[in-house]
Amino acid sequence: MGHFFSYIVEPGLLSSGPVRTAILVGTVVAVTSGVVGVLTVIRGQSFAGHALADVATTGGAGAFLAGLDQFWGFLIAGVAGAAIMELIGVQRRRGRDVATGVVLGAALGAAALFLYLGTQTSSTTGASFTILFGSMFVISPDTVPALIASGVLALAVIAVLSRVLLLTSLNPELAAARGVPVRAVGIAYLAALAVAVSLSAVVIGAVLSTALLIGPAATSLRITKRPGLAMLASALTGTAAIWLGILLAYDSYYWPPHGHGWSVSFFVVALVVVGYLLSFVRRPRRRDRRAQVAAKAQEEAPACSPA
Amino acid sequence: MTTPKTTATEAPAETAPAGHELLRLDNVGVRLGGRQILSGVSFTVAPGQFTGIIGPNGAGKTTLLRVILGLTPATEGHVLRSGSPRPRRGGPLIGYVPQKLAIDQDVPLRARDVVALGIDGHKLGFPLPSAKRRDQIAEALGAVGAEEYADARIGELSGGEQQRVLIAHALIGKPKLLLLDEPLANLDLKSEQGIVSVLAGLAHDQGIAVLISAHDLNPLLRAIDTVVYVAAGRAAAGPADEVIRTEVLSALYGSHVDVLNVRGRILVIAGDEQQEPQAHHTTETGIVTSGDRD
Repeated sequence: MGHFFSYIVEPGLLSSGPVRTAILVGTVVAVTSGVVGVLTVIRGQSFAGHALADVATTGGAGAFLAGLDQFWGFLIAGVAGAAIMELIGVQRRRGRDVATGVVLGAALGAAALFLYLGTQTSSTTGASFTILFGSMFVISPDTVPALIASGVLALAVIAVLSRVLLLTSLNPELAAARGVPVRAVGIAYLAALAVAVSLSAVVIGAVLSTALLIGPAATSLRITKRPGLAMLASALTGTAAIWLGILLAYDSYYWPPHGHGWSVSFFVVALVVVGYLLSFVRRPRRRDRRAQVAAKAQEEAPACSPA
Repeated sequence: MTTPKTTATEAPAETAPAGHELLRLDNVGVRLGGRQILSGVSFTVAPGQFTGIIGPNGAGKTTLLRVILGLTPATEGHVLRSGSPRPRRGGPLIGYVPQKLAIDQDVPLRARDVVALGIDGHKLGFPLPSAKRRDQIAEALGAVGAEEYADARIGELSGGEQQRVLIAHALIGKPKLLLLDEPLANLDLKSEQGIVSVLAGLAHDQGIAVLISAHDLNPLLRAIDTVVYVAAGRAAAGPADEVIRTEVLSALYGSHVDVLNVRGRILVIAGDEQQEPQAHHTTETGIVTSGDRD
């Protein structure tokens, strides 16, 4: 048993500095993305999350050119992108999608330029790869406090606004009639989303960051019908994907092709997808409820015939 | 577009004793985007009064409800809520049930969570569960007969069940005035009757003033005390048998209107020869009209 365990968990895994940083930051990011992601899915703003990730790519590429840590690029671009989307977007979903699409296109164009210039000046493709697809094992220890603080801040915003966000998601008109400043709440939420996306971009890359945001949230929303539990389940699912991903990436050093570890981002994203697929396996309750409704409707059908 | 000033003042108006009314609209008009949506609307609502805002689609019913809620400002006239011109948003005075919500099946809110949002959904922070809270929620669910599906996801309920849950959501704040936008739309006959009797109970037993918009008068005819008939941006208010008459409605539409009583169902036929014929629609709504504004 002990032998088996050491075969799975490579000796020395937890004593490696980069691995410890990866586990710490990965956990903070998984919890933040998991909680913010549940609201993103409920509000139907997954596309906005994806667009912010693309905008973050631009920021990350720009930061690399300017010699800053990627995270600051992700964060600044993400928050600016959220502000622009809010400014040009209207409250209606269609207008919001159009505004998002426009920002996304412009951002990716700039990202193409920055990444091109980056490869020209540094003659290495490693940086562009890290910006796009991330690597938890190269997170600079200097940024760790800032990463944790940003995550805690985003979580605090969501905690304070949770009820208002749920009411607004149920119906904005209803919320407005109750005196909720719907627009201001939307802006605060988008800012939290931008932070979550930036954090996720640091861990699994800007392009993949939506996976960590949407995947665990979508999974948890399939298994529970209570908002608080969904956030908890989502945070736990994301954390599990990060931990297992790190474990597998560390082990993969001994997999073919020998001597080249697999990308940790790949494992995390693959595990998130597997988790989502597993949530489809068994859902008895909901079918019961539907069958119940159908049976009831049939029972009552004769009573509904025209008088 | 200007509309001749007729209507409300000519129509018999149900007036509450002065000082007792919850809601008073005096000659209210609304212009939105250069278009006159409503003009010269006057009526009052007293506690325990069940009022139906009736009219064809596009007549301005939703705008009228938004004016009462304070979401759309009246550009002419006055709206007094409990004698005050300032809408008290988020206050306990008005409970609101918006028009048919499209709720996703996967929204992780149980019926009881939606009702709970009625207590403090507009406040910051998150609520701690308490016995008092649970009792409050159970009471509101009981008042609308929705206990049975309290733990089901809101998105999985039928239209009629969702409507009951949303009424409970509005009720839990103990409003004096309950406003519902087309709560009977797309409901089968049985759910329709269920909702109407719940609302009539709230008005007549609990003294809550209930204001409901509908494009069909018939399901409400026996339950409501007052009709506010909205057509062509104007309104006539009073008991149904005084308002739903050829003279009153013809004045409102500005063209001849027939009111037919077919086996206990009232049909309002508003026709305008200059309109294209396909604009005439005879539907189960009970209102046949070509004079609709869009």
